[in-house]
Amino acid sequence: MAKRKLRIMVAKPGLDGHDRGARVLARCFRDAGYETIYTGCHQTPEEIAAAAVQEDVDCLGLSCMSGAHRYLFPATVEKLRELGADDIQVIGGGIIPDADYQVLYDAGLKGVFVPGITLDDIIKWINENIVPNMKD
Amino acid sequence: MYFAKELLDKSSKMRQQWEDEVKKSVAKHADLKEDWSTVSSLPINRLYGPEDIKDMNFEEDIAYPGQFPYIRGNQVSGYRGRHWTYRMFSGFGTARDTNTRWHELLAAGQTGLSTAFDFPTLMGYDSDDPKARGECGKCGVAIDTLEDFLVLVDGIPMDKITTSMTINPPATILWAMYCAAAEIKGVPLDRIGGTIQNDMLKEFIAQKTLMCPPEPSVKLISDTVEFGTKHVPRWNTISISGYHIREAGSTAVQELAFTLRDGMEYVEDVMKRKGLDIDEFAPRLSFFFNSHIDFFETIAMMRAARRIWAKAMRDRYNAKDERSWWMRFHTQTAGCSLTAQQPFNNVVRTAIEALAAVLGGTQSLHTNSLDEVWCLPTDFAVQIALRTQQVIAEETGVINTIDPLAGSYFVEALTNEMEEQAWDYVHKIDDMGGMVGAIDKGFPQMELADAAYTFQQQIDSAEKIMVGVNKYVIDEKAEIPLLDIEDRIEKEQIARLNEVKRKRDGKAAKKSLDDIKNACKTGENVMPHCIEAVKNLCSVQEICDVYREVYGVFRDPAMY
Repeated sequence: MAKRKLRIMVAKPGLDGHDRGARVLARCFRDAGYETIYTGCHQTPEEIAAAAVQEDVDCLGLSCMSGAHRYLFPATVEKLRELGADDIQVIGGGIIPDADYQVLYDAGLKGVFVPGITLDDIIKWINENIVPNMKD
Repeated sequence: MYFAKELLDKSSKMRQQWEDEVKKSVAKHADLKEDWSTVSSLPINRLYGPEDIKDMNFEEDIAYPGQFPYIRGNQVSGYRGRHWTYRMFSGFGTARDTNTRWHELLAAGQTGLSTAFDFPTLMGYDSDDPKARGECGKCGVAIDTLEDFLVLVDGIPMDKITTSMTINPPATILWAMYCAAAEIKGVPLDRIGGTIQNDMLKEFIAQKTLMCPPEPSVKLISDTVEFGTKHVPRWNTISISGYHIREAGSTAVQELAFTLRDGMEYVEDVMKRKGLDIDEFAPRLSFFFNSHIDFFETIAMMRAARRIWAKAMRDRYNAKDERSWWMRFHTQTAGCSLTAQQPFNNVVRTAIEALAAVLGGTQSLHTNSLDEVWCLPTDFAVQIALRTQQVIAEETGVINTIDPLAGSYFVEALTNEMEEQAWDYVHKIDDMGGMVGAIDKGFPQMELADAAYTFQQQIDSAEKIMVGVNKYVIDEKAEIPLLDIEDRIEKEQIARLNEVKRKRDGKAAKKSLDDIKNACKTGENVMPHCIEAVKNLCSVQEICDVYREVYGVFRDPAMY
């Protein structure tokens, strides 16, 4: 089976509308050659998980600036599990204090990205760590 | 012509000599870099001289403070008679938590209040809605009903202190709570003063606190303008905001242009829909700008803003009252200029930005705290931020004279250039059928997306520098104390809401909601009904659900 383009979804769970980072990343992923889907703001964990399954993405990137990541990120991972989609690898970013990294890794996130990282470094990390799944 | 011909002839010869010398000098010692531009990538010359402002007209373009076009300020006496208002944005946890912080801030010398609501309140959901999970009290104070609001303003002299509330889709409701609270405390509506942000257009463009589609959103705003004009004359019913547009990634010119064009959209709607004369309501329109790290660009933007607005009000809308020509604005230093790395450097950035806002002639100011890049600020960090304003006002001497940068070749030239570019945008948006039309086309949203992406690439390539991020990076981590909002607040708030719903007169609440629904359907002003509804303890979400039902829900079109 030929290796296909990586499919990635950028999503904003919760109520905060600070989407500057999410939109910059979506464009960066598109420019990096990934098939990119952006959900827009104000999605619930249920909506995001369902959309990720429907779009058959390899990777789901969550962005949260409101401090609600401790609830929203694990809840999204949990919804994916319920849908039997634990092969979708979840990463997250935003205003995330050091003390919360482990909470998020324990919840099943593969990567956590915070202010200061360059777009190039994020792309590099994804290329090294996310493998397009071959189930189709 | 701004200068005599004789002077310009002399000046241009001398300038030529200087340019020749520069060429020689640069040939020997090259400049440090090729690109010299503002943080918004607006190119800046090595030097400005009389030639750069020779076409200005003193009477129409500069004049004196208190004279058209008010570029030098609205007030004739500058800051000597009164400093700008120290207005720190605050709100977290429960109404009681925030009320306690407010009393501390007033005791520390703050002169006005400014309310941050949590995301559920901002979006029109109660604390018990599933969408509110994890957000309650996190980024601001949780308000569900008038009972919460009365705790929020407990002990606050509502006839003396002005209060700003950053609230947009549910602005009618939170303002109704303020009005109801004042009535309960025996303060008549014509004695209360303050501001509701109530600017939905910038939400579609930038901040994305979304509820209903643009058209009915603007209708609700016109309702508040009409109600304020008739009953609450000291209230600013809109704070037309560039702040969030800039934070979402715009350039300074885009902030200027989109904000002023938003203002024009509201003016046109109120005149058309409500039939009010421009001079009846225009004096209460207020603005809100971002004071970014590029010092002169910020100052020029603010000076240009006053002049554009004065011209627009006089010439485009035929306002006759001088107070309609004034642009009054609040400023906040740029959150997006702060860094998570080496956070104590943020104190320096904020001080420089605050100074720019003062030299730009702001009427009130919020200075960000050093830890705001991480969380809501701690008391300690807020105090430094407030003291920053007080040091500028009391120690630096910058308020001794009004608009000290006027007449600077550079500042005037930059002001002119930004004004010109802003008018180009305004006319472009006019051609799209106004700002609602432009938003439908995604025009301002995509302009911001482009600018934000360009800036991120400039940071990644170190074409633009952020100290501690892409230059002078160190490994060590500064340990700063962070404010943690406990998850218990959610439980407490939900219990409180349930209690209020249990004890209220259910029939009266239901009738109030029906009245609002009818008003929405007939196009009647919703404000009197909202005041009645909050008195009957209808919640923020109950009223917003009526708006959503009648007007429909607007979903983020997710453009990038």
